[in-house]
Amino acid sequence: MSFVSEFEKYDWEEVRMGLYSCNATDVERALSAPRPQTDDFMALLSPAAEPYLEVMAQRAYALTRQRFGHTMQFFVPLYLSNLCANDCSYCGFSMSNKLRRKTLTTDEIEQECLAIKAMGFDSVLLVTGEHESKVGMDYFCDALPLIKRHFSYLAMEVQPLSEQNYSELRNYGLDAVLVYQETYNRSSYSRHHHKGKKTDFNWRLQTPDRLGKAGIDKIGLGALIGLDDWRIDSFFTACHLRYLQKNYWRTRYSLSFPRLRPCAGGLSDIRPMSDKQLVQLLCAWRILDSELELSLSTRESPFLRDHLLPLGITSISAGSRTQPGGYASEDQALEQFEIDDNRSPATMAEVVRAKGLQPVWTDWHPGFSR
Amino acid sequence: MLKIAEREFTSRLLTGTGKFSRAETMLNALDASSTQLVTLALKRLDLHQGRDDLLSPLRKLGVDLLPNTSGAKTAEEAIFAARLAREALDTNWLKLEIHPDQRYLLPDPLETLKAAETLVKEGFVVLPYCGADPLLCLRLQEVGCAAVMPLGAPIGSRQGLQTKTFLQIILEQAQVPVIVDAGIGAPSQAAEAMEMGVDAVLINTAIASSTDPVAMARAFKLAVQAGRMAFEAGVAGPGQAQASSPLTAFTEAL
Repeated sequence: MSFVSEFEKYDWEEVRMGLYSCNATDVERALSAPRPQTDDFMALLSPAAEPYLEVMAQRAYALTRQRFGHTMQFFVPLYLSNLCANDCSYCGFSMSNKLRRKTLTTDEIEQECLAIKAMGFDSVLLVTGEHESKVGMDYFCDALPLIKRHFSYLAMEVQPLSEQNYSELRNYGLDAVLVYQETYNRSSYSRHHHKGKKTDFNWRLQTPDRLGKAGIDKIGLGALIGLDDWRIDSFFTACHLRYLQKNYWRTRYSLSFPRLRPCAGGLSDIRPMSDKQLVQLLCAWRILDSELELSLSTRESPFLRDHLLPLGITSISAGSRTQPGGYASEDQALEQFEIDDNRSPATMAEVVRAKGLQPVWTDWHPGFSR
Repeated sequence: MLKIAEREFTSRLLTGTGKFSRAETMLNALDASSTQLVTLALKRLDLHQGRDDLLSPLRKLGVDLLPNTSGAKTAEEAIFAARLAREALDTNWLKLEIHPDQRYLLPDPLETLKAAETLVKEGFVVLPYCGADPLLCLRLQEVGCAAVMPLGAPIGSRQGLQTKTFLQIILEQAQVPVIVDAGIGAPSQAAEAMEMGVDAVLINTAIASSTDPVAMARAFKLAVQAGRMAFEAGVAGPGQAQASSPLTAFTEAL
């Protein structure tokens, strides 16, 4: 059993037609639903919801405060390697990009951890490219225990692994895994993923099932905004979320909405999303699911981040470096994407406080979920 | 006077420490609530870096701390967390929370009972967060819990006493204090619970998430006092509108 059979029931074109035929009545029904469903979400994603942006924002704000209170979780990415055996149209780590490749050694990992700790973080997101042979299970099994000594909560965003691998990593301290489908449109997916294991759409789509079965505490979902129509991709992400919540109810879920950023290799064939549409998407997610963790990275500008924070975001990164070794040294291997918000964690914490929210650095015990 | 495990409390309002916008607001709110027993999650204590944004301020306030096991999904994890909490906070009091369900955070009855039994044997004063299931509350009482903490509605939902029918049965049967733990969103709902004869209520979200937590804390304090006073005055029971002199004394003269 996996999400694939559920996914096959949907037809992209039908969803597209349904979504673009939503009208004001659908939006108003969605806004007054006590527990909105995916069809309500569809209405909130549609162009018909655009005039309701302020109403949506008010609702999203209230729902977030009720569930999460006046708090904001802080995390930071730790890039372990930029090696990659895939070729993706949008990513600076793609194997065909001529850039200096680097994988952190044990000593370098320790240095990065100390530098990150000094900034105050207790929750880290480990990131690598996808290179099974050089940065695979052997590497992770060595690296995780080292890193877990320093931090309470460990998330990772690496190549999809097997259920057994996830169970093993859980024993080494893994708490959360982020695995973005990038796009739920099969043909766009093949167009943007040219080479490597990542070309296997179903293997990626089934990854959250494997995580759920392995008992990982939290699964991060998302679509990479810009690859196809963000409205339709977001609708499919919501279907995926609902399926997972039913089947793996012990698992927590988080969601991000990464928009494509400039990177080495350049961009082609991109369907951009406006800032206003990002606000609409964020509010729609919060209204659909008041319990969902919504995460915002430093890809976005300071201005936008400051204004998005109160609308439903529950966790943010700050002071991020997207090149391996970026915290402890000035050695600049090429980064995965450009950071837009370069403010330090301390500055960001002040910004958060000024919004009436309390920065939360620690919210987990390393003994949970082992 | 509320009495839990031989300890007496003048306040029947228990509070939490989560969701506040800043430590100062939390302290002022807790102070305004006159609470004497405050719960805090072990997982919020930074045991790695020693960053202490929670504990020292609470200690200064002079309230009793009630560590909780929030985050635990199984009995095993809760027991582990309880032992750590006892060591870190130097108290054997524990609010046992096991909610593997991540959407509604509903407590797992089987894991909770299992953990409670072990923890009582290890000398903990166990206050379990549980569903409003009268039989479960009896079982928790049997294994030695010092109180039971059934929910009024899903946590943070502010829906009030949705479980009222079952709370009444729990109250009727309980030999330990009954503390309504979740779902109370307004002082009127807290007063309603107290009027029913509940021994205490625990309020967190409704205070912390309000726009003025200090004023809301005071409102809850007054509501809890009013509700208790009304209960003691006989609002809910058959003693209602009791005549001050016998109604059938005249039969003596017949």
